[in-house]
Amino acid sequence: MSIDKIIVTGVGFLTALFVYWFFLGKKEQAVQATSGEADIEVSGGYKPEVVEVPKGKTTVLKFKRIDPSSCLEELLIPDFKIRRELPLGETVNISITPKKAGKFVYSCGMNMYHGKIIVKG
Amino acid sequence: MTSMSSRTCSGIHINFWIPAFAGMTVQHFMVTKTFKITGMHCASCVRLIEKRLLKLEGAMEAVVNFATEKARVTFDPKKITQEELCKAVSEVGYKAVLDQQKSMDAEEEVKRKELTKLLRKVAIALFAGALLVWGTFPKLIDTSPLFLRNFWIQLVLATPIQFWIGWEFYRNTWTSLKNRAANMDTLIAIGTTTAYLYSVVVTVLPNLVEKIGIESMPYFDTSTIIIGLILLGRYLEGRAKVGTSEAIRKLIGLQAKTARVIRDKGKGERVEKDIPIEDVVVGDVIRVRPGEKIPVDGIITNGESSIDESMVTGESVPVDKIKGDTVIGGTINKSGTFLYKTTRVGEDSMLGQIIRLVEEAQGSRAPIQRLADIISSYFVPVVLILGIATFIVWYDFGPAPATLFAILNTVAVLIIACPCAMGLATPTAIMVGTGKGASKGILIKDAESLETAHKINTIVFDKTGTLTNGKPIVTDILPSVILNEAKDLSTSSRQLAVAMDSSPAKRGQNDKITRALDDTHLSVLTLAASLEQGSEHSLAEAIVKKAQEEGCRLSSVKSFKAHSGRGVEGTVGKAHLFLGNKRLMEENKIDISLARSDLARLEGEGKTVMILVAGKKILGLIAVADTVKDTARDAVAKLKKMGIETAMITGDNQRTAQAIARQVGVDRVLAEVLPDQKEAEVRRLQAEGKVVAMVGDGVNDAPALSAADVGIAISTGTDVAIEAADITLVNRDLQTLVAAIELSKKTMRTIKLNLVWAFGYNVLLIPVAAGVLYPFFGLLLNPIYASLAMASSSISVVANSLLLNRAKV
Repeated sequence: MSIDKIIVTGVGFLTALFVYWFFLGKKEQAVQATSGEADIEVSGGYKPEVVEVPKGKTTVLKFKRIDPSSCLEELLIPDFKIRRELPLGETVNISITPKKAGKFVYSCGMNMYHGKIIVKG
Repeated sequence: MTSMSSRTCSGIHINFWIPAFAGMTVQHFMVTKTFKITGMHCASCVRLIEKRLLKLEGAMEAVVNFATEKARVTFDPKKITQEELCKAVSEVGYKAVLDQQKSMDAEEEVKRKELTKLLRKVAIALFAGALLVWGTFPKLIDTSPLFLRNFWIQLVLATPIQFWIGWEFYRNTWTSLKNRAANMDTLIAIGTTTAYLYSVVVTVLPNLVEKIGIESMPYFDTSTIIIGLILLGRYLEGRAKVGTSEAIRKLIGLQAKTARVIRDKGKGERVEKDIPIEDVVVGDVIRVRPGEKIPVDGIITNGESSIDESMVTGESVPVDKIKGDTVIGGTINKSGTFLYKTTRVGEDSMLGQIIRLVEEAQGSRAPIQRLADIISSYFVPVVLILGIATFIVWYDFGPAPATLFAILNTVAVLIIACPCAMGLATPTAIMVGTGKGASKGILIKDAESLETAHKINTIVFDKTGTLTNGKPIVTDILPSVILNEAKDLSTSSRQLAVAMDSSPAKRGQNDKITRALDDTHLSVLTLAASLEQGSEHSLAEAIVKKAQEEGCRLSSVKSFKAHSGRGVEGTVGKAHLFLGNKRLMEENKIDISLARSDLARLEGEGKTVMILVAGKKILGLIAVADTVKDTARDAVAKLKKMGIETAMITGDNQRTAQAIARQVGVDRVLAEVLPDQKEAEVRRLQAEGKVVAMVGDGVNDAPALSAADVGIAISTGTDVAIEAADITLVNRDLQTLVAAIELSKKTMRTIKLNLVWAFGYNVLLIPVAAGVLYPFFGLLLNPIYASLAMASSSISVVANSLLLNRAKV
């Protein structure tokens, strides 16, 4: 195998590892919804991605979309039967009162960006 | 000094400020209005909005709820208009949504503008792409003007498309990368940039490329056409997606804008005027004229009409309504003029509940989607890794020019991968399916219920009110003196007496017998009705109604006790009476041998027979029968044709139940089941491995509905949010049940087709784009065709879901 091929293979392999680590190896850091509220910025995903909320209490998730990507214009929280449009630049308040503990994934309308609600009881 | 009285309802109420000074005649109507506010992000926004609203002259109270995003304002409508409320809210940077329809229209307008803008970009990109293809594609190139073959001209044409038209791909990629996330735009950005940069190198440094054995030919056409086609796909998908939420828009559009209310003006005077629908309160009397839309739910107090309820209940034939009947907001009055008293307004109205239920169902997730969810979360990183692998394999093992092959095939892999189709496969079908259901009077609680419904192989019908009309009437009264004589109400005791002897000599004697028997009939009816007057059971209502028609004077009851599924007992005068079925008699050790043959005969006719007993002595029998719904037999036959086993559950005895079962044609009869045993019967069927749907009214059989795999409630009033039901049918036609199951089957078929398409597309075409067919057939996929396939894949999924709208159910 020629040197250029070895280099291409090596770099390619390392790039693949980097892609895996970068996208799939990230650690989730949950943000606690203190005082019954949590601000979630919608830009290239959801920031913070993981929100911790208490069981049985109403928490207001305040989604603000600042990213004009049409991918993010719709929000789906299926476990709470919520489908909402997120108009650009507007804060959309979504109230949830979880009745059971667990992890509940939410996503954009096309299911490409994901976030998580962790309910602790 | 003033005093205040108020009437409240959901959302809106009117306060009457009544001057306390004698002689004053002026009254001020303070209107309270609840409306949605968008744009709030903290508790201080609440105070800001409240403060601004209270500054308005005529505003008495303003309460803003951050959690529900709603404001409740009490104001003088003579001083403040709705527009002024909106303006005040917008002045402090928020948006008041007073009219849901207008709000949706505004959102749609924004989307329409975005789509128009997108279409312009598509046209520019495809025009530039077409010129580039003309100047580069084999054969076509020979017909093109010379300047189009110039690489530098091509660079000039391609650059704005790459960085202006395609800017959104870069912007979205960057914002995603900041979150360590990726989406389809990431793949497009990397793919087109690779093709563009390679072409720039070929243009700027042609010798460098030729040195490594590659013909110096740029691929500006590829990068440009890919951007044009992907955006075209996005435009078409955006347009098609509008159709998926059409149902909600239509439902909201059903709401009337105004109502003609009749209100007291004071001093016994009444004023009739048109007011906005938002200002109507519970208790208002509304006049509806022919051809008008009924504004809110209520009960007719005066007049009668024929009403077209098809838009809400799916009922195709107009329904005749008289005084005391319920009318539904959003339906159309066809013929007469009538007055009605409002019972539900706003979100509490039937239409409001339907909209909420449909919205919730459209936001839910179907279990079938789980696999697609998991794949979606890994999809883009995996495709990126596959792209890298493709590059390495072609570079290391591909034929010359390996570098060019590696680049083009990697671009093809990145471009062809379509995560959107997988993400859209299930939700779009659920949205269209639940919307279609709502238009037919089928309200589906969530996607899971819709999914389970297609697996149903056994349906258990509650008899009363489901298979029958639920309005039983008294058909036979047999006093103890004529038991065993097989007489019913039509063969009255008078006829019996005449039949005994009709000779003139005996006529006087017969008249006495007739009167005596009539009295005995009425005595049985009076005693039974007296006993039942406190009961709400439908059989009791039938007896009391009959007694009222006959003019019986009912006596008061002491020590009344109801025995669920058996009957009642109580003391009337000095006699302790029992009225109920055989089971009640057996439990109280009452001998019913005298009535046995009449019981058998009446029950064989499908009638429910109650035995009236004083102490231990039978006084008579009362038979009550319910009429079978016109559509029941046909619906049951259709279900059987679909391979579904049908069963009827009832508290009636075997003989009565069998008679009804024969009339409707159900396969199985579960008779003599007490209300609290229905749930156990459903569970017993489930234990046999059956997927059971229970159909009932959702009130008396809520535990059975909850226990069933799919609980289906037939709504009887304007309250359609039946907690225990997975599916609510808002009209009493049992054909709607068949339609619900057909809809479930068709929606699931669409979802499966979408998923097979979305999975199959990616699983088959990604390897083809990577070049797996090349060693065998010498086939490679041009990245332009890859973009064409990608653009069409998600449109296909959305279009296939929209086809559900045309499905016949």
